[in-house]
Amino acid sequence: MARAIRLVLAVAAKDIRAELRSRTALLSALVFAALVLVVFNFARDPTALAAATLAPSVLWVTFALAAMVAMNRAFTVERENSALDGLLLAPVSREALFLGKLLANLAFVGTVELVTLPLFTLFFNVSLWPHLPGILGVTALATIGFVAVGTIFSAMAVRTRFAELMLPVLLLPFMVPPLIGAVQVTSRLLADRPLSEMWGWLRLLALYDIVFVTLCTLAFSAVVDE
Amino acid sequence: MSQARIPSVGPARIVRRGLIMSVVGLVGLAAVYVLALGYTPVEARQGLAQKIFYLHVPSAWSALLAFSLVGIASALYLWLHDQRLDRFAAASAEVGVAFSLVMLTTGPIWAKPIWGTWWTWDARLTLTLFLFFLFIGYLALRAAVHDRAERARFSAVVGILGMLLVPFIHLSVYLFRTLHPQPIVLKPSEPSLPPEMLRTLLVATVVFTLLYLGLVTTRYGLALADDAREEAHDSA
Repeated sequence: MARAIRLVLAVAAKDIRAELRSRTALLSALVFAALVLVVFNFARDPTALAAATLAPSVLWVTFALAAMVAMNRAFTVERENSALDGLLLAPVSREALFLGKLLANLAFVGTVELVTLPLFTLFFNVSLWPHLPGILGVTALATIGFVAVGTIFSAMAVRTRFAELMLPVLLLPFMVPPLIGAVQVTSRLLADRPLSEMWGWLRLLALYDIVFVTLCTLAFSAVVDE
Repeated sequence: MSQARIPSVGPARIVRRGLIMSVVGLVGLAAVYVLALGYTPVEARQGLAQKIFYLHVPSAWSALLAFSLVGIASALYLWLHDQRLDRFAAASAEVGVAFSLVMLTTGPIWAKPIWGTWWTWDARLTLTLFLFFLFIGYLALRAAVHDRAERARFSAVVGILGMLLVPFIHLSVYLFRTLHPQPIVLKPSEPSLPPEMLRTLLVATVVFTLLYLGLVTTRYGLALADDAREEAHDSA
């Protein structure tokens, strides 16, 4: 068990280290998220819709789009110099490999989300500070599930034609349940509603995480093994 | 492994069987039209618009059947690695798209006069729309992977994940809807469905199932012929 955890961390650390050395993908994803926020600002009529009304949707659509851009990277980097073959030859179980990739993707998407949050408060004039623990919690809960599905899909998508198009087409339907849940919880948090009103959604998000992380971990070997 | 297995029935015969079933299904479809227009009574409140029910409900049934079978065949494929399962799943997905399209077009045609709107984000509508998107994604992926074994494995993974996604979408759009109630009745009140209507619906369901089977069989046979051609091409 301890060995498995070490392997997972080693795979994740490799990805994170590689990313930190170039930083191009991370920076592009951050700029992309900021741009989406800016575009959203001009896509609403400020006299008709208050920023706060639209805020949860804006935040989550931005997160979803940025995550998609970010996750495209996970396996494209492995394609260069057939790095994935090397990784597959290493004595690492497929489950550990997947979880390591998932962890790295979560770190990546999480960083983008963490940087987007202050930009979002700035641009949309929504005070997140009093609700910060709740927002961070629901963000983590919603992100884990769809990043798990995104990780396995990006492993497939890089081996297809039109990889950049394939990932969104496959992944967006899978983002719908976590996105609906996250938007609902976020808007209740911002409106200071009691926890009892969010409970159903939180359970749905947690169940989604458990089901899809487990399933994707088990299915990963079918994707990478000949 | 199963690659070398020679099918007991040739592609041409499978296609012929499929076509026969489909033609019988089409004749049955004509009979459903006759029954729906001549035999069943006109619904008191909805008038003639209700007649579309005999196409809409059975096509929804066939689409759901197609979708569940894609999921089951995908799971079995990852277990048994039998190419026939993959070919069947692909055929079922393609036919499922056709039935989903029938369902998604007949629905709004009915909804406009009855609900007063073409589309509404009702739980059931949203769910079927996403079934359609999942089918499309599944087929797009198949089209984009060249290697046959890889295509089979990838699409099986998508098929399984998709099957498990459906309850989540249902649950989330249902929670979403119940928290924002809409002033519409989802279904016409059914408990007192006249026997003529029920019988016609049953006939239509049988006909649509037959059509599903016929089309899938045809598609399966064509895929088999395609594979045989590819193999002959590769070995030549």
